[in-house]
Amino acid sequence: MSIFDMTIHELHTALKEKQISSVEATAALLERIEAVEPHVGSFITVTPEQALADAKTADHLIAQGQCDLLTGIPLAVKDIFLTEGIRTTCGSRILHNFIPPYSATSWEKLRDRGAVLLGKLNQDEFAMGSSNESSAYGITRNPWDTTCIPGGSSGGSAAAVAARQAIATLGTDTGGSIRQPASHCGCVGLKPTYGRVSRYGVIAYASSLDQVGPLTRDVADCAVMLGALAGHDPKDSTSVDTPVPDYSASLRQGVKGLRIGLPKEYFIDGLDPDVQKAMTAAIDTYRRLGAEFVDISLPHTDYAVATYYLIATAEASSNLARYDGVRFGHRAEADGLLEMYTKSRSEGFGSEVKRRIMLGTYALSSGYYDAYYVKAQKVRTLIMNDFSAAFAHVDVMLTPVAPTPAFKIGEKINDPLQMYLSDIFTIPVNLAGTCAMSIPAGFSASGLPIGLQLIGRPFDEATVLRAGFAFEQATEWHTRKAAI
Amino acid sequence: MKYQPVIGLEVHVQLLTESKIFCGCSTTFGAEPNSQTCPVCLGLPGALPVLNKKVVEFAIKAGLSTNCSITPRSIFARKNYFYPDLPKGYQISQFEDPICQHGWLDIAVDGGELKRIGITRIHMEEDAGKLVHGELSGPGDGSGVDLNRACTPLLEVVSEPDLRSSDEAVTYLKQLHQIVTWLGICDGNMEEGSFRCDANVSVMPVGSNILGTRAEIKNVNSFKFVKQAIEYEIQRQIDHIEDGGTVVQETRLFDPNSGTTRSMRSKEEAHDYRYFPDPDLVPLVISREWVERSRLELPELPEQRRQRFMDKLGLPLYDAEVLTASRALADYFEAGVAAHGNAKAVGNWIMGEITRALNDSGTVIEACPISPGLLAELLTLIDNGTISGKIAKTVFDEMWRSGKAPQAIVDEQGLVQVSDSGAIESLIDEIMAANAGQVDEYRGGKEKVFGFFVGQVMKASKGKANPSVVNELLLHKLKG
Amino acid sequence: MEMTVTDVEYVARLARLELSMAEKELFAGQMGAILGYVEKLKELDTDGIVPTSHAVPMENSFREDSAFSSIGQEKALANAPDRAGSFFAVPKVIE
Repeated sequence: MSIFDMTIHELHTALKEKQISSVEATAALLERIEAVEPHVGSFITVTPEQALADAKTADHLIAQGQCDLLTGIPLAVKDIFLTEGIRTTCGSRILHNFIPPYSATSWEKLRDRGAVLLGKLNQDEFAMGSSNESSAYGITRNPWDTTCIPGGSSGGSAAAVAARQAIATLGTDTGGSIRQPASHCGCVGLKPTYGRVSRYGVIAYASSLDQVGPLTRDVADCAVMLGALAGHDPKDSTSVDTPVPDYSASLRQGVKGLRIGLPKEYFIDGLDPDVQKAMTAAIDTYRRLGAEFVDISLPHTDYAVATYYLIATAEASSNLARYDGVRFGHRAEADGLLEMYTKSRSEGFGSEVKRRIMLGTYALSSGYYDAYYVKAQKVRTLIMNDFSAAFAHVDVMLTPVAPTPAFKIGEKINDPLQMYLSDIFTIPVNLAGTCAMSIPAGFSASGLPIGLQLIGRPFDEATVLRAGFAFEQATEWHTRKAAI
Repeated sequence: MKYQPVIGLEVHVQLLTESKIFCGCSTTFGAEPNSQTCPVCLGLPGALPVLNKKVVEFAIKAGLSTNCSITPRSIFARKNYFYPDLPKGYQISQFEDPICQHGWLDIAVDGGELKRIGITRIHMEEDAGKLVHGELSGPGDGSGVDLNRACTPLLEVVSEPDLRSSDEAVTYLKQLHQIVTWLGICDGNMEEGSFRCDANVSVMPVGSNILGTRAEIKNVNSFKFVKQAIEYEIQRQIDHIEDGGTVVQETRLFDPNSGTTRSMRSKEEAHDYRYFPDPDLVPLVISREWVERSRLELPELPEQRRQRFMDKLGLPLYDAEVLTASRALADYFEAGVAAHGNAKAVGNWIMGEITRALNDSGTVIEACPISPGLLAELLTLIDNGTISGKIAKTVFDEMWRSGKAPQAIVDEQGLVQVSDSGAIESLIDEIMAANAGQVDEYRGGKEKVFGFFVGQVMKASKGKANPSVVNELLLHKLKG
Repeated sequence: MEMTVTDVEYVARLARLELSMAEKELFAGQMGAILGYVEKLKELDTDGIVPTSHAVPMENSFREDSAFSSIGQEKALANAPDRAGSFFAVPKVIE
């Protein structure tokens, strides 16, 4: 096995047993990045010097017997995470020159445990997109079929795992931005419960929906990453102060007697037949493992996309006001103050970002606020109620992640509404604020990965991980590798 | 036609916290530009606000002291607009459900009558940064942005349009100023902008009950300017209406140099602030217990204290008002009364000698070199006849200079009053002998000369003679 | 839902975006389509429903009032597109 094919736990064992050093592992990954990057485009910035320096430090720690699960493991993070001294663009031209003076709490937590930073990953601009086509730094391609999109907005994070350019990565998920690319690229992606992981130092898209999470090769790695990321951060008022369980410890408890809900609104006629087939097979697998299935209903599912696009864009229109060319970022040549604002922002933002800022500004503007924004917040309440009612009867829910496997590059770029609708199965989870994970569950006839989504109760990531782990033990989808 | 002005005030009170409202940067005034900043107050990507608890505590105190009800669940909202001194492109403020609502202050209007001025709301918000124009090491023809002040905690106190004259406005403002400084939640420094006022002014024909269109006047940062700006604006609006014009709703800037107001071009654009609840901050829930705890922690307020000074200590209204001008002054007075007992005498000395000495030396009562205890000792020396009131002033000056106890000064300088009639009699004899002409005048009926003799005796005794003994003996001897 | 170029211009001004005529027309069409889709929310009776601003119910998240040292003037200004001495420089602001 090549070093770059390893999981966190495999590499950890190799490091601990001194079979290889972190410097060697890091060098192998850097080489791999160089080799496949021209075909994939996962990265915006590769940081080889930083990586090798981090690796040296890690080797030092390991030599002293301090080998934490993440010590010396080469990771990469979406370019939405602030990294002190390392350019952070969020996929936008408006931040082409931004060198942050501080780091995101989530990345700091990984770094404090000895992780190595390989670089900053490509993404949709300001995390607005489902295909990674809106990045100002070039598109990312799906390692399984480079004519297809990898999904988005954490497309680089998923592609880098699938193309074995990093052992694991960090992404963010506002409406499916971890789970959908994980599904399209055949890796594991977890969106934790809102408040589980600090948002401090993560560039905001929609503050009430954004959440940080890992993308990994398998569920065991996902548990390790979540354990490192989770916990209260005094710098984030919305991070919750509840104990963090040992996610790895409960992985092997099996699913016997676990009640799995099948929301009928997620198994619709429009579902791609390959996706449908994968779901049916997954249900059979779980049945064999002793899980019980319960038919449930989330009646307001059909309203989730509309609700999401009002709330997310409204918050985004305000969150993105700080990109004004005064203190950092792109500033256009301009005569007066007003022109400085409009030119800097118009040159700096791409068209999807502009569209969402416009939509959100409109939804908040005088005369429309109640009809759009408040209405959406009320429907959000109905959607949350759907979930809490359903969770009275089931422990987790099983659904597809996306209605279809990865689509072709350029296929939906000119029809924003169609693009938005492709997030229909992931968006409700963000609105409800709860946790969900995408795990590999099959392949389409054309060889594209298909993911299944496990949705858990708020703060019950442990059950989601346990259910995912049981499935993974019974199947081999996660072991397949993209031929790149 | 006669016009009735209608005035409402929006007052920004900068809170005396150590750190900013949403980050840990210092709030100290006058630091190097942009030196008291961090990712949060710079509005950097990824930064998040966390609420300073003390700001909430101060807001509750302000609300309780102005008869407001405290909102059980209040939220923060974003007010969206672009301006270079506003780092995030929005100000975190409160819109719906501010922390304090429906309060009032009673102010004394002409003839000492009380008038109730409604307080619509008090809300918490962050301040903006500062802009400089071609100053200091400034950028020539551009403007400079300093974000030290950005994110400093403010309370905005919004009154009802209940004020009817510039004098009422100033009275209300002074009372509010007294309350926030009394509570110790604001330093009250208007020059440094710790207490700022915007005035909403309109006029309507007398007898009408339809409010006129208002102008909002910004930048009135002294009591004098508030009066000036409001008076100017009232006259401007009346003149404009009488010339056949109509008042437009606009923001106007007060220019203290010319005493006039002018339209602000930068604020001309239609406002559409797109307020919405800030998703980065969680709701603020204030329990009844929290409110009651705060109420118990409140100091006795100026109005209550004034009343107590009148009822319990028998002070006249004027004295009670002067002695409650600040919390420190009232505390000083009460400590003096506790040590001495005679409220009227202690009050008189504070309003007289102490105030004069403070003014002359530019000192505040908090830094008064004479403690209330020593002042009481001085008054006791007068009471028991050790020194005269006149000598006491000399002793007072020495106490101010040296900080010594009055008895020590009296002893050192031999200032004990002479009441021995033999010693005074011989002085009188000497003086009468030396001024035979005046003695004759007095005896001839010119009684005014009596004062001359008193003065001479006191002078000869170096002020130490007991004045009542002097009077008695003189009268006796002159009558012959 | 009809969205006119004038509507788009009003919103663009609020959002400090400068759009070409082609962009305005494109956005008018696309925003109109999205807002038309969003109209479906009106099918739901939401009277008496409390709006949700936060995904997880939380309240009273505070920090204590103590000052820490700031990141320092140079770090604060390091990303400034234009600076004058210790100030961020901007085109003249007329008040």
